Amino acid sequence: MKFALVVNEGPYQHQASDTAYHFAKAALTAGHEVPRVFFYHDGVNNGTRLTTPPQDDRHIVDRWSQLAQEAGLDLVVCVAAAQRRGIVDPDEAKRNGKDTDNLADHFRISGLGQLIESAIQADRLLVFGD
Amino acid sequence: MGTVKKFLYLNRTAPYGSIYAQEGLEVALIGAAFDQEVSMAFVDDGVFQIKAGQDSSGTGMKNFSPTYRALGDYEVTRLYVEKESLEQRGLTVEDLMPLTYEDEEDDYKEKPSIRIVDSTELADILARQDVIFNY
Amino acid sequence: MLHTVNKSPFEKNSLRTCLRLAKRGSDILLIQDAVYAALSATEWTEMMMDAVNEHRIYVLEPDLAARGLSRDRLIQGVKTVGYDGFVELACRNDPVQSWL
Repeated sequence: MKFALVVNEGPYQHQASDTAYHFAKAALTAGHEVPRVFFYHDGVNNGTRLTTPPQDDRHIVDRWSQLAQEAGLDLVVCVAAAQRRGIVDPDEAKRNGKDTDNLADHFRISGLGQLIESAIQADRLLVFGD
Repeated sequence: MGTVKKFLYLNRTAPYGSIYAQEGLEVALIGAAFDQEVSMAFVDDGVFQIKAGQDSSGTGMKNFSPTYRALGDYEVTRLYVEKESLEQRGLTVEDLMPLTYEDEEDDYKEKPSIRIVDSTELADILARQDVIFNY
Repeated sequence: MLHTVNKSPFEKNSLRTCLRLAKRGSDILLIQDAVYAALSATEWTEMMMDAVNEHRIYVLEPDLAARGLSRDRLIQGVKTVGYDGFVELACRNDPVQSWL
């Protein structure tokens, strides 16, 4: 079965991203597919590589990146929500005249159409938010 | 592909206090371009999203309520409002924006998009969906 | 249909709205702060005991344990599941609605 996941809250502030991650891991372990995780609202903050949690805590951003690398998840950050909140990839930084970019490995920035598309293609859509 | 799925955007948050209503509306408008069967529901504080007469000028925030009027043009013509949620908040349908669409199958007559449904009807509508987004 | 709820009923109306809009015989999974709704001897216990008769109520065990709660504090008839059980519930039900 194919699951589309949506994460609507930032890391650490809310448990949404943690629950979504554990759901994705369990789904993959059970032999299901998680083709795409879409990050919206403050969920886009899951995609900044500048995150530096204390060493004794989980690294939510790296954990998503690693899972994407291992299992081929497509981690998509919504462009409109990301622009509002200052999450930029090198292209976006250049286009908007910013002096740096901060998108984490294995994340990409794209439009809301990617969310709709994954909802159409998946068997189930699950929203993790506040 | 050719699959047509039933998409429901379920709105339960009030506008302005948080961004969910505004960004949720953005998803609904984008989603309307994908030729799916799209409807929206307004439940709990979500009914405040379509309250008539919003003027956010004193807050410095964008008044996005006129955007709901565009939904009809995007063929989002079923806006379910839960009766119980309205009553709990002392509202009637007259307090809401007069959202309409032009029915192309009926000589482009202007018809109301808002449909007041009770919780039993809405429970059936939810269970019939393929995809539910909530904001 | 699967309904998930993630809010404490002591703080938000998410659970109450879920129960108002869930058809009889639904699967309802309590996650995150909603696990508090499944405790016995609270002001929500009576409502939840009715819910247990009408629906299948599940609690996400890791969220229960994280909050210092054990199964013996739960209302009778409430089942616990792990993340694997969450995935199974999502497979069995279409659609899935998250009451936030």
